[in-house]
Amino acid sequence: MEFSKPLLTVSPSPHLHSGMTTSGMMGTVILALLPACFVAVYLFGLPALQVLLICVFSAAAMEVLWQKATGRRVTVTDGSAAVTGLLVAFNLPPSSPWWLALLGALLAIVVGKQVFGGLGHNPFNPALVSRIVLLVSFPTIMTHWSAPQPGRFFADAVTAATPLSEMQTTVTLTGSLPQNATGFPTGYLLGNMAGCLGEVSALALLFGALFLLWRRVISWHIPVSYLGTVIILSSLFWVIDPSRYPNPVFHLLSGGLMLGAFYMATDLVTSPLTGRGMLLYGCGCGLFTVLIRLFGSYPEGVAFSILLMNAATPLIDRYLVPRPFGMSRTGGLP
Amino acid sequence: MKRRSFPGGTHPPQHKSATADTPSEICPLPPELVIPLAQHVGAPAVACVNAGQRVGRGQVVGKPNGFVSVPVHASTSGLVVAVESRPHPCGAELPAVILQPDGDDVWAEEYLTQSFHVLTTETMLERIREAGVVGMGGAAFPTHVKLDPPHGKTIDTAIVNAVECEPWVTADRRVLLEQRDKVLTGLEVLQKISGARQMWIGLEDNQTDVAALLAPHCKQRGVGIAIMPAKYPQGAERQIIYAITGRRVPTRGLPMDVGVLVQNVGTVAALTDAVTRARPLIERMVTISGPDVARPRNLRVRIGTPVAHLLKHCGLREEAAKVLLGGPMMGTAQHTLAVPVLRGTSGVLAFRRQDITAPAVGSCLRCGRCVAACPMHLLPTFIADYARRDALDLAERFAARNCIECGSCSFVCPAGIPLVQSIRYAKGAILARRRST
Repeated sequence: MEFSKPLLTVSPSPHLHSGMTTSGMMGTVILALLPACFVAVYLFGLPALQVLLICVFSAAAMEVLWQKATGRRVTVTDGSAAVTGLLVAFNLPPSSPWWLALLGALLAIVVGKQVFGGLGHNPFNPALVSRIVLLVSFPTIMTHWSAPQPGRFFADAVTAATPLSEMQTTVTLTGSLPQNATGFPTGYLLGNMAGCLGEVSALALLFGALFLLWRRVISWHIPVSYLGTVIILSSLFWVIDPSRYPNPVFHLLSGGLMLGAFYMATDLVTSPLTGRGMLLYGCGCGLFTVLIRLFGSYPEGVAFSILLMNAATPLIDRYLVPRPFGMSRTGGLP
Repeated sequence: MKRRSFPGGTHPPQHKSATADTPSEICPLPPELVIPLAQHVGAPAVACVNAGQRVGRGQVVGKPNGFVSVPVHASTSGLVVAVESRPHPCGAELPAVILQPDGDDVWAEEYLTQSFHVLTTETMLERIREAGVVGMGGAAFPTHVKLDPPHGKTIDTAIVNAVECEPWVTADRRVLLEQRDKVLTGLEVLQKISGARQMWIGLEDNQTDVAALLAPHCKQRGVGIAIMPAKYPQGAERQIIYAITGRRVPTRGLPMDVGVLVQNVGTVAALTDAVTRARPLIERMVTISGPDVARPRNLRVRIGTPVAHLLKHCGLREEAAKVLLGGPMMGTAQHTLAVPVLRGTSGVLAFRRQDITAPAVGSCLRCGRCVAACPMHLLPTFIADYARRDALDLAERFAARNCIECGSCSFVCPAGIPLVQSIRYAKGAILARRRST
């Protein structure tokens, strides 16, 4: 048989691709996180910048080292290690010592991600795994917060309590809410509170989240069901006893909820695949967040609740299989 | 006018402007026509001419073989030089009648134009079959079979599918604009044969100019115009039926199971020729486009014209690196330009080396984009994963066989995973296993 020359490329359809690649998605997430990075450096100064840089670069370095050591293809250019590094930094106190940031990135990349087989195979959000391991290992440092000092990059850190821990302490001691938790704390919107490096400014996080939604890197399902559940549940408690339980606005703005709902719970790898699955997952996150905040021994419950729902994700995907188009209700899938 | 769609789907770039508003041209006859005997779903036709025989335009050169089969005709007058295997768009070499045009292009028989109103349904169906009319949207299913549902199935809605959701391809648009009267007559034929009470023309919302031109004629005939958002695969049979009627074709069923008949625009125009003039389907509208084509346009091409002839006629910017028959989402890549245009060929697209970059393949991110895009509500990443591990039972349990192979999942996958390709493999393997046991 004679071949026509020059040879033509033959491949099965489709012959087009949308152009959105893994590295493109990761790049989009990094862009979306930048406003919150700027706010963090503005509020907490050079220590925050140091934490950010150490986390990002050591996460990327750890990924390269691990993949080289285990003889795998080095995939650091897909940007997922940098995203993980950024999210680890976002979950640390702004004035964390250098070794804590380094250890956090290492834990996230190695224990959170690579031991399971790398990108796409980890069951739990790597940044949250790292945060929880650090929190139980170094409880004092991990709950040592500094107050925001806008624009004073070189100032010495001033110790402060987060709104949620203040609320928990006061409620435990006096049985009723502290001053800051009774009103509608709109000042928190801009980040005027103590807390993790990346969680303080709801506005900056929302700004980036809108970008992610617009670029369709995340869908609305998880943030809406997560925040919706928190609003409904916390409103219920607030209506029952406003002197004991804070209002929903306080819940939304005071801790890591915005960061969790838009950037941590929506982690592609560890959240369900289908829309219905995402809604259920988001509701679960919201339920556990409110319960832990109001009745748990930790003041903040976002990280724990997302990890809990991460564990439920394979089950959700297994039992919420969509009904194929044209198949009857009884037409049997697994 | 209605405006509905289906859940799922994707938005590939359309690239239609290159050819959408350029009037079609008649493609000059090539030095040699390759007319395959297998141009339709079902049994291939059987050659009834020999090398050295002279044939007239429209003369039968292949007889149908069974009910689900149609005859094949000479696309022009000339000399049969061989009946032999030639490269076929499906990738194999299949029997074809090789015809050398004599340039006279004279019809084998003179046909009188006749109103279809005086014809019985049986006569019309017979003429449609004799004319070799098949689905011209790509599937090439014999139309007389579709129009003649088994006893007990009734058609109440007929849909003319003018949704060209494949990028670049504008052949249906040009047919609607240039052969409007043929399409409208074909619609009446369709209605008379099928007995449908409701008639629709389905268009995407990038064709509102066509809709406006059609509106008065459709209103006069009681035909509805359904405008659907431009989304891929809006033109797939199950998806257009759902968008227009809200009915879901059952998994293993056919459109007739929900009382619907869908015909492509080109097919409907061909019905008119077949019924009113007894003229066979020997020519069709083909979009010649793609980034490598210098003068992209629609051509009215005789069936059997080799692709090389079409590309030469429209000019290539540089040597083509990839040539597709059909659209880029479901079309087939060709390994040789010797393959001919068939009755189901809607487009010929040529790409340069730099146009065919494929994304690097990585791990599944579980991002769920394939799930959101799947118009059949499947879990492509799961099925593809089972297919790669040859876990056919699991693939089947997750409804691999429901896949319509539209390719939306592979198109959107950020990790560049060949999802539909793996699912296609699973479908084939499941069927093969079924046959062998």
